[in-house]
Amino acid sequence: MQPFEEIVAEHGEVVMRVCRALLRPADADDAWSDTFLSALRAYPDLRPDSNVRGWLVTIAHRKALDVIRKSKRVDPVAAVPEQSRGGDVHELPDHDLRDALAALPPKQRAAVVLHYLGDLPYADVAAALDTSAAAARRSAADGIANLRTSYLSNLPEKESSR
Amino acid sequence: MSTHIKNVQLNNVELASAITMPTPAHLDALRAGLVAVADTEGLLDIAYRTVDSPFGPLLVAATAHGVVRVAFEREDHDRVLDDLAGTVSPRILRSGRRTDAVARQLDEYFAGRRRRFEVEVDLQLVHGFRREVIAHLAEIDYGSTASYAAVARAVGNPAAVRAVGSACSHNPVPVVLPCHRVVRSDGSLGQYLGGVETKAALLALEAAA
Repeated sequence: MQPFEEIVAEHGEVVMRVCRALLRPADADDAWSDTFLSALRAYPDLRPDSNVRGWLVTIAHRKALDVIRKSKRVDPVAAVPEQSRGGDVHELPDHDLRDALAALPPKQRAAVVLHYLGDLPYADVAAALDTSAAAARRSAADGIANLRTSYLSNLPEKESSR
Repeated sequence: MSTHIKNVQLNNVELASAITMPTPAHLDALRAGLVAVADTEGLLDIAYRTVDSPFGPLLVAATAHGVVRVAFEREDHDRVLDDLAGTVSPRILRSGRRTDAVARQLDEYFAGRRRRFEVEVDLQLVHGFRREVIAHLAEIDYGSTASYAAVARAVGNPAAVRAVGSACSHNPVPVVLPCHRVVRSDGSLGQYLGGVETKAALLALEAAA
C-alpha cells in the first residue's frame, strides 16, 4: 500500500477540481480537507486493487453535495453575491462554469463533474451514482448539451456586462 | 454574437481549464492543515521529514510513541516509506511538528554541539534479541566505542557476537541509537548501514567535538 502522502500528492488536484466545480473556493477548501480526512480514516481498509482516484473523486463529490445541501437550508448559494466572499478576479471563469453546473439537473451535473472533471470512466461514474454505465453516459451527454447553451453562449455576454 | 465560442467542443480538457485551481502554496497550506487535523484526530500514524546531514539527507519518521525510523539516502527513502506503510501503517504524512525535536537535535549533533539524544524512540520494528541489543546502544557513551563481543556480554549473551553484529545492521534508528559506536574487537570498524565511510566520519566527528 502506498504511503498516504503519495495519495495526496497524486490526487490532490483532481479532488480540488471537483470541489471547485461545485463550490465557492472557501467551501471547496473545506470539502477538500474533509475528503482527505475521511479517506485517511478509511485508507488502511481500502482493497489493494482499488481505483484510488475513483474512490477519492466519489468522496469529494459526496462532500461537495453535502455542503450544497446544508447551505441551501440556511442561505441559498445563488443569493450570496460572489464578490462579497472576497473572491479575486482570477476566479471569474470557474464562477461562470459553477453557475452553469449548479443549474443542471442533479444527475446531469453529477455525471459531468465525475466524468469530465473527475476523469472517471463511465463504469466508475455509474458505480458512484448507482446507475448503469449507459445511463451515466446519457446523463453526461445531456449535461454537456445543456452546458453548451447555458455556459458557452452566456460566457461572452457575461464578460461584456461586467 | 461570438459564434466561434459556440463552435468550441466542450470536452474534459476545456471544462477542467475553466476551473481556476489554487496556487501550489495554497494547496500546501491545505495539506499542512490536513496533517494538523489528522494528528489531533489520532489518524497520523507516521509523520516524516528529511533532515540534512553531512552524509546527505536523512529520513526521520515518528509514530505517536517516538522516532521509529532513521534512514540514510542509500537505503532509498521511498522504499523505506513503502516498507513502513506495509509494516506499521499506510497513514503516513510528511509533517514537521512531531519530528521537530529530533530534527533539531540531529542538527546539533552534526554540528558537534550535542552528545545525547533526548527523544522518545519507538522500537516496534525490531523484536527479541535484536531489540535488546539496539536498546542497549544508548548506554555506549558519545566519543567511545564498544566491541561486538562487549555488547554481547553486556546483554547477557557472550556467545552471540555475530547476532549482535546482525542486530546493529538492522538498527531502525541509526545515529539516534549509536550502532556506529560498535566496532570489531581488533579495532577495525565493521559494517554500517550508512556505509563504512559514514561510520568512520561519525566516530571522527565525536572524537573531535
